[in-house]
Order: sequence, then C-alpha cells, then structure tokens
Amino acid sequence: MNMAMLVSILAVTVQAGTSLVFATIGEIYTERSGILNLGVEGMMLMGAVAAFAAAYHTGSVWLGVAAAMATGGVLALIHAFLTITLRTDQTVTGLALTIFGTGMTSFLGQRLGPAGKPLVGLIGPRFERLPLPGLSDIPFLGRALFRQDLLVYGMYLLVPLAWYYLYKTRPGLHLRAVGENPQTADAMGVSVSGIRYAYTVLGGMLVGLGGAHLSLAYTPGWTENLTGGRGWIVIALVIFATWDPLRAVVGAVLFGGVNAVQFRLQAAGTAIPPAFLGMMPYLFTILVLVVITWWEAFRKRVGAPAALGLPYAREEKG
Amino acid sequence: MIDTSSDPAVAMRGITKRFPGVLANDHIDFEVQAGEIHALLGENGAGKSTLMNILTGLYRADEGEIALHGRRVDIRSPRDAIALGIGMVHQHFMVVEPLTVAENIILGLNKPRFALNMKRAEEEIAALSQRYGLRVDPHAYIWQLSVGEQQRVEILKMLYRGADILILDEPTAVLTPQEAGELGRTLRHMAAEGKAVIFITHKLDEVAEFSDRVTVLRRGRVVATLPTAETTRSDLARLMVGREVLFRLEKEAVEPGETVLDVQGLRALGDKGLPALQGVSFQVRAGEILGIAGVAGNGQRELAEVLTGLRKASAGRVLVGGRDITNRSPRVVIDEGVAHVPGDRLGMGLVPDLAVSDNLILKSYRQPPFCGGFFLHRDSINEHADNLIAAYDIATPSPATPVKLLSGGNLQKCILAREITTGRGLLVAVHPTRGLDVGATEAVRRTLLEQRAAGMAILLISEDLDELLAISDRLAVIYEGRIMGVVDAASADLEEIGLMMAGTEVSTSNPKP
Ligand SMILES: Nc1ncnc2c1ncn2[C@@H]1O[C@H](COP(=O)(O)OP(=O)(O)OP(=O)(O)O)[C@@H](O)[C@H]1O
Ligand SMILES: [Mg+2]
Repeated sequence: MNMAMLVSILAVTVQAGTSLVFATIGEIYTERSGILNLGVEGMMLMGAVAAFAAAYHTGSVWLGVAAAMATGGVLALIHAFLTITLRTDQTVTGLALTIFGTGMTSFLGQRLGPAGKPLVGLIGPRFERLPLPGLSDIPFLGRALFRQDLLVYGMYLLVPLAWYYLYKTRPGLHLRAVGENPQTADAMGVSVSGIRYAYTVLGGMLVGLGGAHLSLAYTPGWTENLTGGRGWIVIALVIFATWDPLRAVVGAVLFGGVNAVQFRLQAAGTAIPPAFLGMMPYLFTILVLVVITWWEAFRKRVGAPAALGLPYAREEKG
Repeated sequence: MIDTSSDPAVAMRGITKRFPGVLANDHIDFEVQAGEIHALLGENGAGKSTLMNILTGLYRADEGEIALHGRRVDIRSPRDAIALGIGMVHQHFMVVEPLTVAENIILGLNKPRFALNMKRAEEEIAALSQRYGLRVDPHAYIWQLSVGEQQRVEILKMLYRGADILILDEPTAVLTPQEAGELGRTLRHMAAEGKAVIFITHKLDEVAEFSDRVTVLRRGRVVATLPTAETTRSDLARLMVGREVLFRLEKEAVEPGETVLDVQGLRALGDKGLPALQGVSFQVRAGEILGIAGVAGNGQRELAEVLTGLRKASAGRVLVGGRDITNRSPRVVIDEGVAHVPGDRLGMGLVPDLAVSDNLILKSYRQPPFCGGFFLHRDSINEHADNLIAAYDIATPSPATPVKLLSGGNLQKCILAREITTGRGLLVAVHPTRGLDVGATEAVRRTLLEQRAAGMAILLISEDLDELLAISDRLAVIYEGRIMGVVDAASADLEEIGLMMAGTEVSTSNPKP
C-alpha cells in the first residue's frame, strides 16, 4: 500500500463518516435530554430526499441543506409532541417515525422530479471539494482532511462546539441534568419539557443535515434507501460514544474507515463476494458495540442518561 | 422570642389538595414567622410533604391562597418559588448523581449567562460552607458522597440562592445522631439570621430540641399549632395519632432456643469491589433478637444481602437451622424460611406498580392456594390480602391499589405482613422503622417482639441506637466489616458502644462463642 492510497482511504473515511457525525451528535443531544428517538433512519432519509429535491429545483445546495434540516426538525417535533406532550411510548413512536420516513421517501422519490417524475437517476447540484489554501498542502493529513467539501469543514467545527456546549455551558448543564434526573431539574426551576422539545428538534435538524451530506456530497443524487441503514448505525454509535460528542467522532471514523477499506477492496477485486464486503462495516459495528458494552459494564459505568426513555410529569408519584 | 405581631414570612390559608382517592390536604391554615424554626409533625401520609410541595410550586393546590411577608403570591412552578426565596430539602434528595457538587448547586440559576465559570462558583460555595459549617468538597461528584454530605449539598443549594424560607423534609431520617445534632445547630444559625425554617420530622426529641413552634397534621388537617415549650412528647404523639402511644414497649422474657442462624467467618465484597465484610461471625437463637449497630456503610447492607442470597460471599459460611445456605440463590434461601425486610422498601421490598394484594404474595405465589399449576387463583389471593390488611392494619384504599401510592408506614406493614407469613425461623430486618411515624414505629416494633415471642430468630440491623436497645436482646457492633464486640442489651454501656462504633475493640461482656 502506498502513500497516495492511504491518503485516499483517509479522505473517503472522512467523507463516509461526516453524515454519521452530524446525526450521532444530534441523537446524543436528544438522548441527553432523556428522549430516545429511534426515528433517525427515517429522519435521515427524509432529510436526504428533501435536500436533493430542493437543491435540484432551486439550484442551490444551501437551500437543500435548509430543506433537510427543516424536514428533520419537523419530524422530530412530531416525535416530541407525541412522546412529551401525549406521553406515548418513545420506542414505538420512534420506530413508527422510521417506518413512515422509509415509506414516504420511496413515494417522494418517485414524484419530486421535474413534472412529477422520479428523482432517481437525476444529476443535481452538489457540494464540490474546496481545498483549504495552506492547510491542504500539509503532507498526508492536510491532503486527506482539507480537500473536502464545506459540510465536512462544518463538521470539524461542530464537534468541539458540541462538546464545549454540553460540558462547559449553563444550557449544557441544564440539558445533562434533565436527562439524568428530571424531578431534580424541575425542582430547581429548569423547564423539563421545554428542554426536551428543544433538543429533540435540534437533534432532528442535525440528523437531517447528515442526510443532506449523503445526497449532496458523499453519494450525490437520490436512490431509494440511500442511507443504507446508517440511521441504525447512529443509534449504535451513540452508545459506543457513551453520549459524548468527541467519542462520536471515533466511532464514525471507525465505521467510515471500514467502509472505505471495503470499497477499496471491492474496486481492487478480491475473491470475497461484494455482498460480504458490504456487510463489513455493520458487522464491525456490532462487534465494537459488544466489546464496548462488555468493557464499560465491567467498569460499572455504561453512562446512559438515567432518565432516558422515561416520561416525566410533575405530580406523578413513583 | 418570636414576634407574632408582624406579617408572617409564610401564611398558607385554606389549602386543599386532592389526589385520586385521597384528600391529602383539607383546608390547611399554616403560618411561619421569620426567625423561627417551625416543626411540622404528623403521621405517615398526613399530608406534610404535600403541603410543602405546594409551597415550593411542585404541586398546585386545588383551593387556598398563599401570602409571603403579607403579600399574596401565586406560585405556579418551582421557578416562581425559588424567585420568591423559598428553598426546600426534599424527603427524597433532589441531586443529580453524575454531576459535581458545584454543578448541582448552580443548577437552574441563570447567573452565568452562557459559559460556566466553575472556579468562581466553587469559591463562592466554599465560602458559604465555611460560614455555615457545612463541610463538603465542591469538586466531588454526588455519587461519591455519603447521605449526610448529600444533605449538606441540598442545604447549600438553598443558601446559595439566598432563600429566606427554608423547608427541610425529614432531614434527619438518614443521619447519624452526631450529624443530626450538627444539622440542628446549622438550623439555629440560619433562624438567628432571620430566616424562616420549616422542619418536618418524626423524631419527637428533635422537635423539643430544635423548634420554637410546632404544627401537627392528622389526615390532611391541622389539629394544633403550639409553642414547643408548652408541649411534651406524649402530648405531641397523642395529637398526631389520636391515641396514646407507648414509647416503652413491654419486652416479655423469652428463653432463647436452638441456634437458628450461624454465621462463620463471612467475607464479601461491596459494590465497588472493595472488601465490605472481613470475617464476620455470630449466632442468633430462636426467640432472640440480635441487633447489629454501627454507622451506615460499615457492611450492614452487604451482610443482609449475603444472608438473603442477594450477594456472593467470598469466604465463610451461613447456616440456617443447621443447613448450609452460603451462596445459594434467593429462591433457595426463601424456601429455607428466611424472611427479609430490606432497607430499600420500594426498590427491593415491593414492586411499586403492582397491587397491594399481589405484593403480599410475591414470595408464595408459586404455592397453593394461590396457584394451581399454571394459573393464579384470584379469589384466594384477594382473600389472603383482605386478611393481612385487617391483621396488620394496613391503610390502603383497596387491595387493588398500586402499592407505590401507600405511605411509608403502610409500605413497611405490607412487607412485614408478607415476610412474617412466609418466613419460618429467621427474619432479617434492615432499618425497619426508618422514616416511620411514632404510631407505625410502635406497630413495627411490637410485631418484631411478637415474632420473637413466637420463637423466630431475628437479626435487626439499624442505625437507631434507641431502637436497638429497646427491643434487642444482644447487640453486635459492626465497624469496617468486622464485629467489634457483642454486648447484652439490658446492661449495655452507651459509651462502650459508641467507642466500638468508632472502631475501638472492647472486651465484650458477652464473649464471642
Ligand atoms: N403525587 C401523588 N399522587 C398520588 N397520591 C399522592 C401523591 N403525593 C402524595 N399522595 C398521597 O397523599 C397523602 C399525603 O402524602 P404526603 O406525602 O404528603 O404524606 P407525608 O405526611 O409527607 O407522609 P410521610 O411522613 O410518610 O412522608 C398520602 O396518602 C399519599 O399517598
Ligand atoms: Mg413526607
């Protein structure tokens, strides 16, 4: 393996991991508030189709991004209304959201093209690579990390910001408290449902953004089931990351990396059937999850927000 | 002393609160002056916490009004109450375990607008804890603290917000006598600064010692508000319960029988993987109560868990009635007739969402008459529940009520009823009267003495020395997972016990066998 190949694998890793980082950070924020949203896959698909359709018709990738985030946010708002206000079961509601999103995108993909024709196969605007002057000339790392599109650079900024916000700011403290112990947060004057609504919607917007990166940059265009189960990978990565935005990057890079290697192998042509190669990132995720859970449980701190999945009502006893 | 001519700091008038099936507060009038410590007394379920939760905005009253310092206020949420200078230490602590002390204290404030300046907050907290003598490390995580320290955090939380109306709901239930005394002095200090302090307790001695006035609630109504100086312990108990309460229970002489529980060189690890029991040996005979005294966290919980099959012993043996039950499953231990009244009532003792009747058969549902093969027999389960509810005087709206809605005393009566009907031979009771009112405490202690008279061997683990001395026959003191000595309860020397609890080995008046 030579240097150029390594650079390209690393670059593809970052490309493949970006949508995961956005969505994982989004879901981390949602779960930190105590709301489990298993609708990630559905929201990501809807984000991707909305992004591509909007960009195709307006010619602006940025309007595509806005459409994706709005779509993710609205879907998450539905989840919030059902689970927080109407107190439906979070698991079931999230699954329903994914089923809805999957069906809806396959329908929309057939109708949102020009004159009600399918979107599939169309070529639309996309985020182009934009080498950063100076940085992209750094040997190896610079060439891999700084010859990317603007959304990737946005992701580089988002990660430390998300970490800082969560651990070093007052709203971040309130967010962590609500997910751990809503009774206490409420008694201290923090609005539990306000926070839960806000971060569920924010999480949905970030998941939508992840979807936009798929259809506008990583694999530009729309095909049915474009995410290929990435929404589920995100749920696993949240656990892998132990609800910490910095660790989310590690998980996303691992998954993206295995994906990139797998592509390389396919391109190079090996004896392993492509179907098996395609499975690798998913198998790898399961493996990592098992190891991590075992190892963390061993040290008695798995770290899920203690109130995750539990509804809260002030005057309810027990 | 207390100036009752000026506007009271707190005036609650005609407060009524209904929960499904219960009238928790029934037109309550309640006043507290600035600068006084006002004790709020009442049986379990009398409505004390409910009344205070209304004052702090956690519950909305159905009727009634509140005035602070003579001004009508409308408290719609905890946020409003905090802004009005009301602070509360809740019966079940309100702390976020994975956060630090300082983070817990500043939680909910909008002072630092965005970025947290923990250094500054930590300095302020250190200064505050210095001033009130509330020692606690602001950097520590809550889960690292003892309950006594967690309570200091709760008090600091109120003080940090500059609250001048302070409510403490059973603050001493989980404290050692020394810690309770310290708390009393802190409360005095705060009252002397002109704060109004409301203090809920079941311990009548503390009422006499710390409070200026006392209000007694019974079944959601105020029965009296009196200056503490004009009351006696038995007056207060009578007001609370509506009958005479015996503080000294008659302990009939019982000739102990065979050894029922034989513990030999028991060792076990605690939750954090450190040794919690380091070679514990003792025996309990039929018709005898052996009390285990000691400061919380010296291996008591682990001891109870090993004896009941809930924790593995790493060495040593446990014999019940001559049969080895070391490291057998809880099921086997139950079948051997070991009854367990755990310290954590709703967590380990009962299933909160199940009905009272179902909780009463949790250990016998596999056997007739409650089940025949695969199906449960509802009729006999209900009949069993009706019998026990009557026999143990359990106050519940119906046998089908989820047990979590019962008051603390009635929860404990449910557990005792179940354990005594299924247990044969040995009863392990952990803090059986913690948090219970005087009436329920009396009932529980009387039940234990009855079982002793009936030939049960009882291991009583408690932090309440008065209780241990009142009902046990012998007293073993545990310190850092070792038995420091065993003394005869009738002739016990308090000073000697205190020394052993602090870790000094004392030659025992009742030599170890
Ligand atoms: N959130 C709630 N939902 C339903 N019932 C409740 C609720 N809170 C309290 N109750 C009921 O209201 C009554 C009064 O309860 P409260 O907690 O105020 O009693 P208390 O005087 O504080 O008793 P204790 O000494 O056991 O703490 C009880 O019957 C209780 O079961
Ligand atoms: Mg109470």
